[in-house]
Amino acid sequence: MSFIRAFGAYLPETIITNDQLASRLGCEAEWIFKASGIRERRQARAAGENETLVEMAVRAGRACLEHAGLTPDQIGMVIMSTGTAPRRFPGPAAETASQLGLPAGVATLDVPMASAGTLFAMALADQLAARYGNILVIGVEKMTEIAWREPADPNLAILFGDGAGACLISPNSGIAEIVDHTLQSDGSFTRDLRLEHDGTLCMEGRSVILQASRKIPAAIMLLLERHKWSAADVNVLLMHQANQNLMNRVAQAVGMAQDRVFSVIEKTGNTSSASMLIAAAEWAHQQTSLSGKRIAFAAFGAGFHWGALLARGV
Amino acid sequence: MTDREKIQQILQGISKTALPAQPSESLFDAGVLDSFSLVDLVAGIEQAFGIKIPDSDLNPRQFDSIEYIEKYLSSHR
Repeated sequence: MSFIRAFGAYLPETIITNDQLASRLGCEAEWIFKASGIRERRQARAAGENETLVEMAVRAGRACLEHAGLTPDQIGMVIMSTGTAPRRFPGPAAETASQLGLPAGVATLDVPMASAGTLFAMALADQLAARYGNILVIGVEKMTEIAWREPADPNLAILFGDGAGACLISPNSGIAEIVDHTLQSDGSFTRDLRLEHDGTLCMEGRSVILQASRKIPAAIMLLLERHKWSAADVNVLLMHQANQNLMNRVAQAVGMAQDRVFSVIEKTGNTSSASMLIAAAEWAHQQTSLSGKRIAFAAFGAGFHWGALLARGV
Repeated sequence: MTDREKIQQILQGISKTALPAQPSESLFDAGVLDSFSLVDLVAGIEQAFGIKIPDSDLNPRQFDSIEYIEKYLSSHR
Protein backbone atom coordinates (compact mmCIF):
# COMPACT_ATOMS: atom_id res chain seq x y z
CA MET A 1 0.00 0.00 0.00
CA SER A 2 1.04 3.59 -0.67
CA PHE A 3 0.95 6.79 1.37
CA ILE A 4 -1.01 10.01 1.31
CA ARG A 5 1.66 12.69 1.35
CA ALA A 6 -0.37 15.91 1.21
CA PHE A 7 -3.67 17.54 0.34
CA GLY A 8 -4.49 20.80 -1.40
CA ALA A 9 -7.60 22.72 -2.38
CA TYR A 10 -8.79 25.73 -4.28
CA LEU A 11 -12.10 27.57 -3.94
CA PRO A 12 -13.06 30.45 -6.24
CA GLU A 13 -13.34 33.88 -4.62
CA THR A 14 -16.95 34.60 -5.55
CA ILE A 15 -19.36 33.61 -2.77
CA ILE A 16 -23.02 33.04 -3.54
CA THR A 17 -25.12 33.04 -0.37
CA ASN A 18 -28.44 31.31 0.14
CA ASP A 19 -30.14 34.72 0.13
CA GLN A 20 -28.72 35.50 -3.31
CA LEU A 21 -29.61 32.07 -4.68
CA ALA A 22 -33.06 32.01 -3.09
CA SER A 23 -34.08 35.24 -4.76
CA ARG A 24 -32.86 33.91 -8.10
CA LEU A 25 -34.66 30.55 -7.73
CA GLY A 26 -37.80 31.78 -5.99
CA CYS A 27 -37.34 29.80 -2.78
CA GLU A 28 -36.49 30.47 0.87
CA ALA A 29 -32.88 30.78 2.07
CA GLU A 30 -33.65 28.89 5.28
CA TRP A 31 -35.27 26.05 3.28
CA ILE A 32 -31.98 25.65 1.40
CA PHE A 33 -30.08 25.30 4.67
CA LYS A 34 -32.61 22.90 6.17
CA ALA A 35 -32.64 20.69 3.08
CA SER A 36 -28.88 20.56 2.60
CA GLY A 37 -26.85 22.10 5.43
CA ILE A 38 -25.51 24.62 2.91
CA ARG A 39 -25.33 28.37 3.62
CA GLU A 40 -23.09 29.47 0.76
CA ARG A 41 -21.08 28.12 -2.18
CA ARG A 42 -18.35 29.39 -4.48
CA GLN A 43 -18.76 30.20 -8.16
CA ALA A 44 -15.93 30.16 -10.66
CA ARG A 45 -15.62 33.30 -12.71
CA ALA A 46 -17.18 32.98 -16.15
CA ALA A 47 -14.97 31.47 -18.84
CA GLY A 48 -14.57 34.89 -20.49
CA GLU A 49 -12.82 36.04 -17.33
CA ASN A 50 -10.51 33.08 -17.61
CA GLU A 51 -11.25 30.96 -14.55
CA THR A 52 -11.48 27.66 -16.29
CA LEU A 53 -11.79 24.17 -14.91
CA VAL A 54 -8.10 23.64 -15.63
CA GLU A 55 -7.15 26.86 -13.84
CA MET A 56 -8.95 25.68 -10.69
CA ALA A 57 -7.30 22.26 -10.96
CA VAL A 58 -3.86 23.85 -11.35
CA ARG A 59 -4.36 25.98 -8.23
CA ALA A 60 -5.40 22.97 -6.13
CA GLY A 61 -2.58 20.87 -7.58
CA ARG A 62 -0.02 23.58 -6.89
CA ALA A 63 -1.20 23.93 -3.27
CA CYS A 64 -0.88 20.17 -2.86
CA LEU A 65 2.66 20.12 -4.29
CA GLU A 66 3.66 22.92 -1.94
CA HIS A 67 2.27 21.04 1.07
CA ALA A 68 4.07 17.90 -0.12
CA GLY A 69 7.35 19.78 -0.57
CA LEU A 70 7.66 18.47 -4.11
CA THR A 71 8.40 20.13 -7.43
CA PRO A 72 6.56 19.31 -10.68
CA ASP A 73 9.47 17.25 -12.00
CA GLN A 74 9.02 14.83 -9.08
CA ILE A 75 5.52 13.80 -10.18
CA GLY A 76 5.17 10.54 -12.11
CA MET A 77 1.49 10.70 -12.99
CA VAL A 78 -1.62 12.86 -12.71
CA ILE A 79 -5.08 11.31 -12.26
CA MET A 80 -7.90 13.78 -12.51
CA SER A 81 -11.61 13.33 -11.95
CA THR A 82 -14.39 15.61 -13.12
CA GLY A 83 -17.97 15.30 -14.27
CA THR A 84 -17.96 18.78 -15.77
CA ALA A 85 -15.18 18.65 -18.36
CA PRO A 86 -15.66 21.30 -21.04
CA ARG A 87 -14.93 18.89 -23.93
CA ARG A 88 -15.74 15.31 -24.91
CA PHE A 89 -12.00 14.88 -25.50
CA PRO A 90 -9.32 15.38 -24.56
CA GLY A 91 -10.07 15.43 -20.87
CA PRO A 92 -8.47 18.16 -18.76
CA ALA A 93 -5.76 16.06 -17.07
CA ALA A 94 -3.02 16.51 -19.67
CA GLU A 95 -3.59 20.26 -19.99
CA THR A 96 -3.58 20.58 -16.20
CA ALA A 97 -0.29 18.69 -15.93
CA SER A 98 1.23 20.89 -18.61
CA GLN A 99 0.11 24.10 -16.89
CA LEU A 100 1.42 22.78 -13.58
CA GLY A 101 4.83 22.57 -15.20
CA LEU A 102 5.13 18.79 -15.32
CA PRO A 103 7.57 17.62 -17.98
CA ALA A 104 6.11 16.37 -21.27
CA GLY A 105 5.84 12.59 -21.24
CA VAL A 106 4.43 12.27 -17.73
CA ALA A 107 1.31 10.12 -17.97
CA THR A 108 -2.06 11.63 -17.15
CA LEU A 109 -5.39 9.90 -16.74
CA ASP A 110 -8.89 11.37 -16.83
CA VAL A 111 -11.57 9.82 -14.63
CA PRO A 112 -14.85 11.23 -15.99
CA MET A 113 -16.79 10.40 -12.86
CA ALA A 114 -18.88 12.85 -10.85
CA SER A 115 -18.91 12.71 -7.04
CA ALA A 116 -17.06 9.42 -6.42
CA GLY A 117 -14.28 10.19 -8.92
CA THR A 118 -11.57 11.20 -6.49
CA LEU A 119 -12.12 8.13 -4.33
CA PHE A 120 -11.66 5.92 -7.40
CA ALA A 121 -8.65 8.00 -8.44
CA MET A 122 -7.04 7.64 -5.00
CA ALA A 123 -7.50 3.87 -5.11
CA LEU A 124 -6.00 3.74 -8.60
CA ALA A 125 -3.10 5.91 -7.49
CA ASP A 126 -2.51 3.63 -4.52
CA GLN A 127 -2.04 0.70 -6.91
CA LEU A 128 0.00 2.61 -9.49
CA ALA A 129 2.37 4.54 -7.23
CA ALA A 130 4.83 1.65 -6.89
CA ARG A 131 5.37 1.80 -10.67
CA TYR A 132 4.96 5.51 -11.47
CA GLY A 133 6.17 7.19 -8.26
CA ASN A 134 4.40 10.23 -6.86
CA ILE A 135 0.88 10.54 -8.25
CA LEU A 136 -1.08 13.77 -8.08
CA VAL A 137 -4.84 13.18 -7.76
CA ILE A 138 -7.10 16.12 -8.52
CA GLY A 139 -10.87 16.44 -8.40
CA VAL A 140 -12.28 19.57 -10.00
CA GLU A 141 -15.79 20.68 -10.80
CA LYS A 142 -17.61 23.65 -12.25
CA MET A 143 -21.03 22.49 -11.08
CA THR A 144 -22.78 25.86 -11.03
CA GLU A 145 -22.43 26.11 -14.80
CA ILE A 146 -24.47 22.89 -15.06
CA ALA A 147 -26.89 23.16 -12.13
CA TRP A 148 -27.82 26.80 -12.73
CA ARG A 149 -28.43 26.33 -16.45
CA GLU A 150 -31.97 27.47 -17.32
CA PRO A 151 -34.51 26.13 -16.64
CA ALA A 152 -32.89 25.49 -13.26
CA ASP A 153 -34.52 22.98 -10.91
CA PRO A 154 -34.38 24.63 -7.45
CA ASN A 155 -34.06 21.22 -5.76
CA LEU A 156 -30.76 20.71 -7.59
CA ALA A 157 -29.54 24.26 -8.08
CA ILE A 158 -29.35 24.88 -4.33
CA LEU A 159 -26.89 22.05 -3.82
CA PHE A 160 -23.89 22.75 -5.96
CA GLY A 161 -20.73 24.84 -5.94
CA ASP A 162 -17.40 25.05 -7.77
CA GLY A 163 -13.93 24.12 -6.58
CA ALA A 164 -10.99 21.76 -6.73
CA GLY A 165 -9.29 19.39 -4.30
CA ALA A 166 -6.07 17.43 -4.60
CA CYS A 167 -3.95 14.86 -2.85
CA LEU A 168 -0.51 13.43 -3.44
CA ILE A 169 -0.07 9.66 -3.27
CA SER A 170 3.52 8.50 -2.76
CA PRO A 171 4.95 4.98 -2.87
CA ASN A 172 7.20 5.13 0.18
CA SER A 173 6.33 7.83 2.70
CA GLY A 174 3.71 10.36 3.70
CA ILE A 175 1.42 11.59 6.45
CA ALA A 176 -0.94 8.59 6.30
CA GLU A 177 -0.61 5.05 4.99
CA ILE A 178 -3.43 3.73 2.85
CA VAL A 179 -4.72 0.59 4.55
CA ASP A 180 -7.35 -0.66 2.12
CA HIS A 181 -10.15 0.37 -0.21
CA THR A 182 -13.28 -0.95 -1.82
CA LEU A 183 -14.73 0.34 -5.09
CA GLN A 184 -18.17 -0.69 -6.31
CA SER A 185 -20.55 0.16 -9.17
CA ASP A 186 -24.11 -0.67 -10.21
CA GLY A 187 -25.22 0.40 -13.67
CA SER A 188 -28.89 -0.41 -13.10
CA PHE A 189 -29.30 3.05 -11.60
CA THR A 190 -27.60 4.96 -14.43
CA ARG A 191 -30.68 7.01 -15.24
CA ASP A 192 -31.25 8.15 -11.65
CA LEU A 193 -28.37 10.64 -11.70
CA ARG A 194 -27.07 11.80 -15.04
CA LEU A 195 -26.02 14.69 -17.24
CA GLU A 196 -26.54 14.08 -20.94
CA HIS A 197 -24.41 15.93 -23.48
CA ASP A 198 -25.87 19.43 -23.83
CA GLY A 199 -28.66 18.43 -21.44
CA THR A 200 -29.68 19.45 -17.96
CA LEU A 201 -28.72 17.71 -14.75
CA CYS A 202 -31.22 14.95 -13.87
CA MET A 203 -31.45 13.49 -10.39
CA GLU A 204 -34.03 11.16 -8.86
CA GLY A 205 -33.29 12.45 -5.38
CA ARG A 206 -35.29 9.80 -3.52
CA SER A 207 -33.46 6.97 -5.24
CA VAL A 208 -30.06 8.61 -4.79
CA ILE A 209 -30.59 9.24 -1.06
CA LEU A 210 -32.03 5.76 -0.51
CA GLN A 211 -29.18 3.98 -2.28
CA ALA A 212 -26.45 6.21 -0.84
CA SER A 213 -27.82 5.82 2.69
CA ARG A 214 -27.29 2.07 2.44
CA LYS A 215 -24.32 1.68 0.13
CA ILE A 216 -21.92 4.15 1.76
CA PRO A 217 -22.26 2.69 5.29
CA ALA A 218 -22.01 -0.84 3.86
CA ALA A 219 -18.74 0.02 2.08
CA ILE A 220 -17.26 1.62 5.20
CA MET A 221 -18.33 -1.27 7.43
CA LEU A 222 -16.93 -3.81 4.97
CA LEU A 223 -13.48 -2.29 5.43
CA LEU A 224 -13.84 -1.76 9.18
CA GLU A 225 -14.76 -5.41 9.66
CA ARG A 226 -11.98 -6.60 7.34
CA HIS A 227 -9.38 -4.75 9.42
CA LYS A 228 -11.08 -5.25 12.79
CA TRP A 229 -11.51 -1.53 13.38
CA SER A 230 -14.60 -0.42 15.28
CA ALA A 231 -16.50 2.69 14.25
CA ALA A 232 -15.26 4.29 17.48
CA ASP A 233 -11.66 3.72 16.32
CA VAL A 234 -12.14 6.06 13.37
CA ASN A 235 -10.96 9.58 14.18
CA VAL A 236 -12.47 11.21 11.13
CA LEU A 237 -14.78 10.37 8.25
CA LEU A 238 -13.91 12.41 5.16
CA MET A 239 -16.86 11.99 2.81
CA HIS A 240 -18.07 13.31 -0.47
CA GLN A 241 -19.86 16.45 0.71
CA ALA A 242 -23.20 15.72 -0.93
CA ASN A 243 -25.69 16.89 1.67
CA GLN A 244 -25.26 17.40 5.42
CA ASN A 245 -28.37 15.35 6.16
CA LEU A 246 -26.97 12.42 4.19
CA MET A 247 -23.60 12.67 5.93
CA ASN A 248 -25.36 12.59 9.32
CA ARG A 249 -27.31 9.51 8.20
CA VAL A 250 -24.15 7.71 7.16
CA ALA A 251 -22.48 8.42 10.52
CA GLN A 252 -25.56 7.14 12.34
CA ALA A 253 -25.72 3.97 10.23
CA VAL A 254 -22.03 3.20 10.80
CA GLY A 255 -22.37 3.89 14.53
CA MET A 256 -20.04 6.86 14.47
CA ALA A 257 -20.49 10.07 16.46
CA GLN A 258 -21.60 12.84 14.13
CA ASP A 259 -18.74 15.09 15.19
CA ARG A 260 -16.36 12.58 13.57
CA VAL A 261 -17.77 13.49 10.15
CA PHE A 262 -15.74 16.42 8.92
CA SER A 263 -17.91 18.80 6.96
CA VAL A 264 -17.24 21.89 4.87
CA ILE A 265 -20.52 21.79 2.98
CA GLU A 266 -21.96 24.79 4.85
CA LYS A 267 -19.35 26.99 3.14
CA THR A 268 -18.76 25.15 -0.14
CA GLY A 269 -21.95 23.42 -1.20
CA ASN A 270 -21.66 20.11 -3.02
CA THR A 271 -18.63 20.36 -5.27
CA SER A 272 -19.15 16.83 -6.61
CA SER A 273 -15.91 14.92 -7.15
CA ALA A 274 -13.83 17.81 -5.75
CA SER A 275 -15.63 17.85 -2.42
CA MET A 276 -14.00 14.96 -0.56
CA LEU A 277 -10.50 16.31 -1.11
CA ILE A 278 -11.54 19.91 -0.37
CA ALA A 279 -12.80 18.62 3.00
CA ALA A 280 -9.64 16.52 3.48
CA ALA A 281 -7.40 19.51 2.79
CA GLU A 282 -9.25 21.65 5.33
CA TRP A 283 -9.23 18.87 7.94
CA ALA A 284 -5.51 18.18 7.47
CA HIS A 285 -4.77 21.91 7.72
CA GLN A 286 -6.42 21.94 11.16
CA GLN A 287 -4.34 19.02 12.51
CA THR A 288 -1.00 19.44 14.24
CA SER A 289 -0.22 15.77 13.56
CA LEU A 290 -1.93 12.85 11.88
CA SER A 291 0.17 10.31 13.76
CA GLY A 292 -1.92 7.32 14.82
CA LYS A 293 -5.14 8.82 13.51
CA ARG A 294 -7.49 6.46 11.69
CA ILE A 295 -9.12 8.04 8.69
CA ALA A 296 -12.04 6.80 6.62
CA PHE A 297 -12.86 8.24 3.20
CA ALA A 298 -16.15 7.50 1.44
CA ALA A 299 -18.03 8.64 -1.63
CA PHE A 300 -21.08 7.86 -3.71
CA GLY A 301 -22.24 9.27 -7.00
CA ALA A 302 -23.63 9.00 -10.50
CA GLY A 303 -23.30 5.56 -12.02
CA PHE A 304 -23.93 4.55 -9.32
CA HIS A 305 -20.29 4.34 -8.23
CA TRP A 306 -19.32 4.25 -4.57
CA GLY A 307 -16.69 3.05 -2.18
CA ALA A 308 -14.54 3.68 0.85
CA LEU A 309 -10.87 3.90 1.73
CA LEU A 310 -9.10 3.58 5.07
CA ALA A 311 -5.83 5.26 5.97
CA ARG A 312 -3.77 5.44 9.14
CA GLY A 313 -1.68 8.47 10.13
CA VAL A 314 2.04 7.82 10.48
CA MET B 1 -51.59 -7.11 13.96
CA THR B 2 -52.19 -7.02 10.19
CA ASP B 3 -49.56 -5.98 7.65
CA ARG B 4 -51.43 -2.72 7.14
CA GLU B 5 -51.46 -1.96 10.85
CA LYS B 6 -47.76 -2.70 11.10
CA ILE B 7 -47.01 -0.40 8.14
CA GLN B 8 -49.15 2.35 9.64
CA GLN B 9 -47.34 1.99 12.95
CA ILE B 10 -43.94 2.32 11.24
CA LEU B 11 -45.10 5.40 9.33
CA GLN B 12 -46.51 7.03 12.46
CA GLY B 13 -43.18 6.42 14.17
CA ILE B 14 -41.18 8.27 11.51
CA SER B 15 -43.55 11.09 10.55
CA LYS B 16 -45.67 13.55 12.47
CA THR B 17 -47.88 14.12 9.43
CA ALA B 18 -51.29 12.42 9.48
CA LEU B 19 -51.50 9.35 7.27
CA PRO B 20 -53.64 9.68 4.13
CA ALA B 21 -57.24 8.48 4.39
CA GLN B 22 -56.88 6.02 1.52
CA PRO B 23 -54.15 3.34 1.41
CA SER B 24 -53.68 4.04 -2.30
CA GLU B 25 -52.75 7.72 -1.75
CA SER B 26 -49.17 8.85 -2.23
CA LEU B 27 -47.22 9.08 1.01
CA PHE B 28 -44.83 11.57 -0.61
CA ASP B 29 -47.65 13.82 -1.86
CA ALA B 30 -49.28 13.68 1.57
CA GLY B 31 -46.03 14.87 3.16
CA VAL B 32 -45.68 11.70 5.24
CA LEU B 33 -42.46 10.70 3.49
CA ASP B 34 -39.49 12.60 2.12
CA SER B 35 -36.17 11.37 0.73
CA PHE B 36 -34.68 10.83 4.18
CA SER B 37 -37.68 9.36 6.01
CA LEU B 38 -37.99 6.87 3.14
CA VAL B 39 -34.70 5.40 4.39
CA ASP B 40 -36.26 5.02 7.86
CA LEU B 41 -39.37 3.42 6.37
CA VAL B 42 -37.32 0.77 4.56
CA ALA B 43 -35.32 0.04 7.72
CA GLY B 44 -38.54 -0.14 9.74
CA ILE B 45 -40.14 -2.58 7.29
CA GLU B 46 -37.06 -4.80 7.34
CA GLN B 47 -37.10 -4.89 11.13
CA ALA B 48 -40.84 -5.29 11.63
CA PHE B 49 -41.26 -7.99 8.99
CA GLY B 50 -37.94 -9.73 9.51
CA ILE B 51 -36.89 -9.40 5.88
CA LYS B 52 -33.90 -7.98 4.02
CA ILE B 53 -34.92 -5.83 1.08
CA PRO B 54 -32.19 -6.01 -1.58
CA ASP B 55 -30.87 -2.71 -2.90
CA SER B 56 -32.13 -3.69 -6.37
CA ASP B 57 -35.71 -3.59 -5.02
CA LEU B 58 -35.32 -0.12 -3.58
CA ASN B 59 -37.39 1.76 -6.11
CA PRO B 60 -39.00 4.64 -4.19
CA ARG B 61 -42.24 4.13 -6.15
CA GLN B 62 -42.68 0.73 -4.47
CA PHE B 63 -43.01 2.50 -1.14
CA ASP B 64 -45.14 5.45 -2.26
CA SER B 65 -48.39 4.20 -0.72
CA ILE B 66 -49.50 1.78 1.96
CA GLU B 67 -51.08 -0.33 -0.78
CA TYR B 68 -47.80 -0.52 -2.75
CA ILE B 69 -45.94 -1.56 0.39
CA GLU B 70 -48.50 -4.27 1.10
CA LYS B 71 -48.16 -5.55 -2.46
CA TYR B 72 -44.38 -5.61 -2.20
CA LEU B 73 -44.50 -7.54 1.07
CA SER B 74 -47.03 -10.08 -0.17
CA SER B 75 -44.96 -10.82 -3.28
CA HIS B 76 -41.66 -11.12 -1.37
CA ARG B 77 -42.55 -13.47 1.45
